[in-house]
Amino acid sequence: MPLPLHLKINGASHEIDLDDPRVTLLDLLRERLYLTGTKKGCDRGQCGACTVLVDGRRINSCLALAVSMDGAEVTTIEGVADGDALHPVQQAFIEHDGFQCGFCTPGQIMSAIGLISEARAEGDAERVRELMSGNLCRCGAYAGITAAVLEAEQRITQAEKEKAA
Amino acid sequence: MKRFDYVRPANIADAIEAGSAPGAAYLGAGTNLIDLMKGDVVRPDRIVDITRLPQLDAIEALPDGDFRVGALVRNADLAYHPDFAAKFPLVAEALLSGASAQLRNAATIGGNLLQRTRCRYFYDPASACNKRESGAGCDAIEGENRTHAILGWSKECTATHPSDLCVALAALDAVVEVEGASGRRDVPLVDLHRLPGDTPDRETDLAPGDLIVAIRLPAQSAGFARHARYLKIRERTSYAFAMVSAGAALEIENGAIRRARIALGAVAAKPWRAVAAEAALEGATPDTAAFERAADIALSDARASGDNAFKIDLARRVIVRALLRAAAGTPNRMPALPGSAFAPTAGELDHV
Repeated sequence: MPLPLHLKINGASHEIDLDDPRVTLLDLLRERLYLTGTKKGCDRGQCGACTVLVDGRRINSCLALAVSMDGAEVTTIEGVADGDALHPVQQAFIEHDGFQCGFCTPGQIMSAIGLISEARAEGDAERVRELMSGNLCRCGAYAGITAAVLEAEQRITQAEKEKAA
Repeated sequence: MKRFDYVRPANIADAIEAGSAPGAAYLGAGTNLIDLMKGDVVRPDRIVDITRLPQLDAIEALPDGDFRVGALVRNADLAYHPDFAAKFPLVAEALLSGASAQLRNAATIGGNLLQRTRCRYFYDPASACNKRESGAGCDAIEGENRTHAILGWSKECTATHPSDLCVALAALDAVVEVEGASGRRDVPLVDLHRLPGDTPDRETDLAPGDLIVAIRLPAQSAGFARHARYLKIRERTSYAFAMVSAGAALEIENGAIRRARIALGAVAAKPWRAVAAEAALEGATPDTAAFERAADIALSDARASGDNAFKIDLARRVIVRALLRAAAGTPNRMPALPGSAFAPTAGELDHV
């Protein structure tokens, strides 16, 4: 029996009839909607490569059953840039060389966007490292990643202050 | 992953009915369950998705001063709830020392209580495991067992309970609200999980269909808010399960301990409350000598279950250090590394 599912993904509505309840949100995105920016690393919630935002919060999409996400708003790496203008976190990763092979990068960036909206790091590198610990980088680009997150956090916070003023 | 039927009940009564059937499993966030299902460790026939059940996601202060936390509250939402964290900082620090930010955003409080052991033999269907399959034997006893239990274990099972939250809840006399076919009942958190004995496959006192709907923290336990710390020794700085952890909470009056609470994590199949050690601290001066005496009492029944005799000494030292930190006072701001051995306190080790 098909399982009807409604999702808003990167602003677009999707009505999906799922034929199998075992499909994770990660596999739905990659294998059925061809949004392959979200990566499958460990598929067991240990590496963070599959991080997406669900209703604005970062989660591991590999451990979420798609059918249980019915009604959710999902944001993936494909949905964060504004046309050709990169998201400030994307820009900061380039400026600070926050990657080597790039496989973990979509998850790192989605996690960083979530971290910044959670507003718990407060410009502290140790807090950034702790709050990014769910994203592994096997190339070891952590120094650049930390610098990129700190700069993006500062830039986004500043922009929000100016907007509010 | 085995195929399963998926149902999404609209109310608690329907959920309990659906969840009482043989082979049924409740789905919260699924951060542990889906992982276990992918590994064929757990093979439910029916998934009962409880995430849409109404009124299970509130954090409320009750008129008598108790705090009630719905089973579907997410770990991060409880840890960062300002009123709750101010009254029960031990719970907040334990929660934030666990998992990753992504997992804390998803994982529920009820699910945290019922998460399964991380014993590698339990996770590997090719290994013998009495917990996974009653009577199959235990490959951990003769295997890689340096992380295993030092208290309350049996020849049949030496697995540990991995939760950080439960350690804090055990220390603070939390109560679990359970609803089942015969109505609602309260279970003290310390009585929820069972020791293995010869039935390690029976992990809790819950019956089929029983649903955890909330936990309650008693108002009295907020009296420890000024002296409460969680300390978690793990093999990497962050995002790792405990090798040994301890929750310590003190009420200090005129330089003497009025009440003490101590619980250990990752040492037994359940969060381990050290009641005799607590009693030994009552009336004592909060100093290293008193804390070492209490730690000795807490570990007096400990025995190695394999290559893990070091965990007994480690647990003693973790208790002493957690108590020293608790005596020094709950920090005004959550440390950058919650529950960490690395902490920016004078005289302590720095990280990086």
